[in-house]
Amino acid sequence: MSKLPSRREETLGGYIVHGVPFPLSTDPEALEFLKQMAPIQIEQDYQITYLHSYGQDSPWFAGLANKRLLASRDAKSGYTYANPRGHDMFSGAETRWIDITEVPAQVHAFTVCYFGSEEFLPDCPFVLSLIEFEGVNTLLLTRLMGVDPQAPTLDWIGMQVEPHFLRNSKLKPTDVYFAPKE
Amino acid sequence: MRPVYAISGGVSKFAKARPDKTFPAIIKEAYDYAIQDIGLDFETFTHIVDGSVASYFSDHFARQLMAAIMAQDYLGLCPKPSHRVEGGGATGGICFQEAWKSVASGHMDVCLAYGFETMSHVETWKGNEFIALASDVSFDYPVGGFYSGYYAMMVTRHMKEFGTTPEQLAHVSVKNHLNAYHNPYAQKRRKLTVADVRNAPMVAWPLTRLDICVMSDGAAATILVSEEGLKKLEAAGAVIARPLVKVTGIGRGTDAMRMADRPHLDYDFFMENYATEQEKASDETRAYYKNLWQHGTRYPGVHSFRAGRTAGNMAYRHAALSDPLHELDFVELHDAYTSSEIQTYEDLGLCRYGEGGAFAASGKAFMPGLDYGLKLAEQSECPVNPSGGLIACGHPVGATGLMQAVFAIWQLQGSIKKHFRDAALQVKQARRGAIHSHAGTGTYVTVSVLEREG
Repeated sequence: MSKLPSRREETLGGYIVHGVPFPLSTDPEALEFLKQMAPIQIEQDYQITYLHSYGQDSPWFAGLANKRLLASRDAKSGYTYANPRGHDMFSGAETRWIDITEVPAQVHAFTVCYFGSEEFLPDCPFVLSLIEFEGVNTLLLTRLMGVDPQAPTLDWIGMQVEPHFLRNSKLKPTDVYFAPKE
Repeated sequence: MRPVYAISGGVSKFAKARPDKTFPAIIKEAYDYAIQDIGLDFETFTHIVDGSVASYFSDHFARQLMAAIMAQDYLGLCPKPSHRVEGGGATGGICFQEAWKSVASGHMDVCLAYGFETMSHVETWKGNEFIALASDVSFDYPVGGFYSGYYAMMVTRHMKEFGTTPEQLAHVSVKNHLNAYHNPYAQKRRKLTVADVRNAPMVAWPLTRLDICVMSDGAAATILVSEEGLKKLEAAGAVIARPLVKVTGIGRGTDAMRMADRPHLDYDFFMENYATEQEKASDETRAYYKNLWQHGTRYPGVHSFRAGRTAGNMAYRHAALSDPLHELDFVELHDAYTSSEIQTYEDLGLCRYGEGGAFAASGKAFMPGLDYGLKLAEQSECPVNPSGGLIACGHPVGATGLMQAVFAIWQLQGSIKKHFRDAALQVKQARRGAIHSHAGTGTYVTVSVLEREG
């Protein structure tokens, strides 16, 4: 039998207060007593909508929306980045786009997140993985599907995988995810 | 560069939450302690100190831009010069080094380095979200931004390539929690077993809750001085412990923000550019590494931190040491995760790459004379995180690297008993120690070497 929670979940939130305890008079004795007062804590909302530009990396997201996985390559050395990069880190030269959708890929590293940042808690448990591609020098962080998050094993490392694309693009890197190659 | 001495420090109690005080008042706890420890009053020290460097990581957590100037004001240091530094988890270590530069360059004779973080203002999972914003927000964060997840991926690769086990990771947790049992500044002072660690709630496989440090509120401060600064303070009545503690080595390294973008370098490039002097000089070690590479290891990949290796090598060269395991008497390193302590053993040359797991369980990094409840095959050689580290003390980011500096100063002054009211964690005859501060997935790393003179 699974262990049942013994403590109630805590939540932020409170009541609007119409009176705060305070000495009726501010004589020296009462003012000194204020040093013993517990801190007042209030909530402050903080919500922002950013206009985020993908800049020179925009074609990579356009590629995902069209079910193609792009990468960046230095024309001279052939050094290839799975994450797009406008300029090569060694030569400083502008990179060119290549298509690696069909390139053989395998799991390089992974984890199963049973907890996560607030935004991703509803997804838990989910599998994060780093994918390596044949002929590509760097890795790609992505979600791995088609494996049991309740039974992680190091055998997943080296597993052949292939990209899948969301039908409805969100223009996010999660438009692509990987699953074991069929 | 002029000689720089670390003469004093103070640490506020690290806690999950400190709603009792605002951040400037928490910093003042650490600051006042550092001043009082050299026997000066507030006004006298304030008159002499030339300026400060401030350290905090996140404007999101603080929800207060230019927070450092509020601290500078509260500490009574206006209008003296100051600036804030930021470099993720390494912010405190960077702050310490920037204060060192201020003194070493001749710009200041007495420089205060202080840092803080107040991470309790949001729920834990929102805090994790804020921290994960220290990953590329175009490519990494949206996939499931979560630092425990990033580090867990490094672990699975380390396990796959080198045979590291979760039980070896758990040895780090047992060690650091038990060390903290004797440190009143720590917040998780616990006697644990390997089974306790492995049976704790799984956060990101294979890391459990007891493999991971906790977000905290807290502050720390250190005072660095030149020889002229020392004279000024002593002329004003300061009682400064002898022998002095000198900062003899400074190193810093960097790596790509996206862990996936780290290179996978070949054996020759590794040996030429990253191997320690000790590794280069050993035929057996060169053969060991050749064998690793023949079985697929590439450097740094995701299992190693070249920023840490770069920082360590730089600091060791500066401090003229080449055998860190035997020439350092202790290390306070950035164990945000048990796994990162193991990775850092390797980066700092305490053992070879791939041997961190075995090193963790060997006993070499444990304090002598403490009963950990473990069967350790080897004697202590270089205690790592005798304070309990981040895992047990907590990790109020901007304060953490400075907390390490304070504990190192006290170790080298031989004053642990005075400050901890318990001598159990005093490293006997401590002559030289290193502090290591680490950001992101290994993006900024600092290593500083401190030595007792004489």
